[in-house]
Amino acid sequence: MPPLEKTALRRGFLLLAAMPTTPNMGAIMRMPEPEAAVIARRSAIAADLRRLCAAPDAVIESENERRAYESDGLTAYRTVPLLVVLPSTTEEVSRILAYCHKSALKVVPRGAGTSLSGGALPLADGIILGLAKFNRILEIDYDNRCAVVQPGVTNLAITDAVQHAGFYYAPDPSSQIACSIGGNVAENSGGVHCLKYGLTTNNVLGIEMVLMDGTVLRLGGKHLDGGGYDLLGVMVGSEGLLGIVTEVTVRLLRKPASARAVLIGFLSNESAGACVAAIIGSGIIPGGMEMMDKPAIHAVEDFVHAGYPLDIQALLIVELDGPPAEVDHLIDRVEQIAKRCGAVNCRVSATEEERQVFWAGRKAAFPAVGRISPDYYCVDPTIPRGKLPDVLRHMVALSAKYGLRVANVFHAGDGNLHPLILYDANQPGELERTEQFGADIMRYCVEVGGCLSGEHGIGVEKRDLMGAMFSEDDLTQQQRLKCAFDPQGLLNPGKMFPQLHRCAELGRLHVHRGQLRFPDLPRF
Amino acid sequence: MSRFRPTDEKQLADIVAAAIAGEEPLEVIAGGSKQALGRPLQLPHALDVGAFGGIRQYEPEELVLTAGAATPLAGIEQALATKHQMLAFEPADWRPLLGSAAAGQTLGGVIACNLSGPRRIRQGAARDHFLGVAAVSGRGEAFKAGGRVVKNVTGYDLCKLLAGSYGTLAVMTEITVKVLPAPEATRTVVLSGLDEARAVAAMTHALNAPHELSGAAHLPKRGGRPCTLLRLEGPVPSVEARAAALRDELRPFGPADILGDDESVKLWLAVRDATPLVAGEGAVWRVSLAPTAAPAFLAALRDALAIDYLLDWGGGLVWLAIGGADDGGAGAIRAALGGNGHATLVRAPPAVRAAVPVFEPLAPAVAALTARVKDSFDPKRILNRGRMYPDL
Repeated sequence: MPPLEKTALRRGFLLLAAMPTTPNMGAIMRMPEPEAAVIARRSAIAADLRRLCAAPDAVIESENERRAYESDGLTAYRTVPLLVVLPSTTEEVSRILAYCHKSALKVVPRGAGTSLSGGALPLADGIILGLAKFNRILEIDYDNRCAVVQPGVTNLAITDAVQHAGFYYAPDPSSQIACSIGGNVAENSGGVHCLKYGLTTNNVLGIEMVLMDGTVLRLGGKHLDGGGYDLLGVMVGSEGLLGIVTEVTVRLLRKPASARAVLIGFLSNESAGACVAAIIGSGIIPGGMEMMDKPAIHAVEDFVHAGYPLDIQALLIVELDGPPAEVDHLIDRVEQIAKRCGAVNCRVSATEEERQVFWAGRKAAFPAVGRISPDYYCVDPTIPRGKLPDVLRHMVALSAKYGLRVANVFHAGDGNLHPLILYDANQPGELERTEQFGADIMRYCVEVGGCLSGEHGIGVEKRDLMGAMFSEDDLTQQQRLKCAFDPQGLLNPGKMFPQLHRCAELGRLHVHRGQLRFPDLPRF
Repeated sequence: MSRFRPTDEKQLADIVAAAIAGEEPLEVIAGGSKQALGRPLQLPHALDVGAFGGIRQYEPEELVLTAGAATPLAGIEQALATKHQMLAFEPADWRPLLGSAAAGQTLGGVIACNLSGPRRIRQGAARDHFLGVAAVSGRGEAFKAGGRVVKNVTGYDLCKLLAGSYGTLAVMTEITVKVLPAPEATRTVVLSGLDEARAVAAMTHALNAPHELSGAAHLPKRGGRPCTLLRLEGPVPSVEARAAALRDELRPFGPADILGDDESVKLWLAVRDATPLVAGEGAVWRVSLAPTAAPAFLAALRDALAIDYLLDWGGGLVWLAIGGADDGGAGAIRAALGGNGHATLVRAPPAVRAAVPVFEPLAPAVAALTARVKDSFDPKRILNRGRMYPDL
């Protein structure tokens, strides 16, 4: 990436204080081979698509304008799409998809394009279907504690629209000022409050969606739990492979009456980890519980001067929220637990301003690390909380092996780890080493009982590591589900699964034990 | 009818494979407490998964528990209680309601039916606590999905699909659930004498205030008098302060009593299990709808039917007992609902459950997708064929 562009990217981080990083990586990722015949028909397809949309500017054909869509938050991977289409209504989405289905054209859905795993990475022979024009909040229903919004509405805009009435939308991914709720549904986005308030999947009541063949479906609504299979549940987190969401009904929560945070310093990662376990073991579920290791603490303190202690190895921020009587009671208990676990510093926020300062450091962790290294790469495995000291020790060893520094921020409440690997893309070979380092971390996290991704998604980034967590049979069953939604495999191909299979082949029944007769089998 | 009882995953897969080869569907049974739930089945064979029991791993500090799918729920709740933890979705016990009091209730059954109690409004349903699964599909293939951590977006969330699929997609063998600390104390603020419209208004008011309710229900005939119940859980100083504040806030709805731990626990068990509707022969329904729609829904129903009811989930869950309708009330209930929610026939004689849709009829496009999803797991429709929808 040219230096100029990189600078621009950095400035973007600083503006979006809490925005997670976009790794500047030039890795090579196999994607489905583009079909030259489709690319040759670009103009004819554009003309067809224009006829399907009311807005005169709905189809983007010129190369310069298409280039704006060449990547998402995972800027390492870039492909200029065949065409971009920006429909304005569900009917237009339906017509476009039906047309693409009939013409066997690939489609990549795109919300705000903030995916860190390449979920919206275009295909040279595929259409980007952007939902940016779906930007209206359709209804706010306080009495039923929900809002109906279009998918292009940003995550934060929902909270902005309801906070005057004392409500908010709970999932708060750090890209929340930019990322869209449709993208959140596709990725099952999280944030720092997941242990207590859940991910997107726990906060969405209903959707309207369009299948690849143009069929429009409504799943759920303002009520809880669906009547048949939980198709809504499987749509959330399906990374744009199963359908395109055109409307979302989200739950609204009443804002907690109060919140206070405690800043706790430890001389070892082990004692910080023990404190996390002790807090949860004592029956306390904090609204947020974040941990930083020494490199992260120093990077942050140099950057935002949040007043973090520097003579420690690990820092915990524990936030209690809820009714004041409960928060005051639990803060005392957390302090006592921290002391028992060997805390060397313990500071409770006395005012709302002080609480914000505690968080300012954590929220600036990514840009702070960006200041001390030309580039950095972030992964997001989740581990059982108790394995943290072990995983951090392993990371120190890997850091020595690869000759690359690593700083860690950790959603300790829910076990979601964000190692930031520091590297310089201009040094030959560093990028490749970084990628291997990241993959080693993810594999180890799976080995200790965790998973590859807690909230960023698989996309293209972690696609080829799926085998570390799932067997061939596991993945085959997932792909069969894909066939139920999109039998031609036209929606966002090349994402999530390391290998593409035809649905006809996946659907075949292989009953090797077909000769077996019931009488041979154990009866009761 | 033969009954197979595999003792390991290989045998289980072999039985499913043999069923596929002979195209002879299997009724999946563990504890057997919910055999009367759903459409009545008359399948050639029973698949008893009772051998897949036992708690495999329980780490209180990690807030996760892994157990064989047929592990008795009572055993799990006991193990959790020793560490002051719980299944926060408050799984209901419908055995008295279904007349299966002698049968055992298992973790797998609770997950397969996505049974959730009053705390649903605060902590989510069974599906929201279901983190990972090992299962054998209707293709006779073992697979796993999800994991043992709460924050996991690795692959499709097949757990959501299996929760509430009534055993029609796969036979679960091992289940990992999220567990949470049990509340130290419980208080219930009780309002008396409200009709259902005022009751829903009071519950809405309470749920929209920052007191973090974990239950909001309305029993129209508790001791002959309507009473509206608002539950608060947490540390003692917290519940005391919140109960007092809530009582003040609800003054426009009349004076309120505050119940302590023991009375609260008993009362909420009754709400959870729809105990007031157990007696009697009538059809029993569970209707999920937008909470503020409940009063109009009940009013519309009364024009057509004789009903008993109770409200949970702040009005978002209507339990109904219907007297004297040939179809168990299905026609009137679904007409009153108008597609804005879903109604499930929980209890009725087999003939009624065979004749009327037990689960909310699906829009044609959703029904078509549902059938394709079924086929992706179970193309020969071997598992619990017909339990949810005819032929599915």
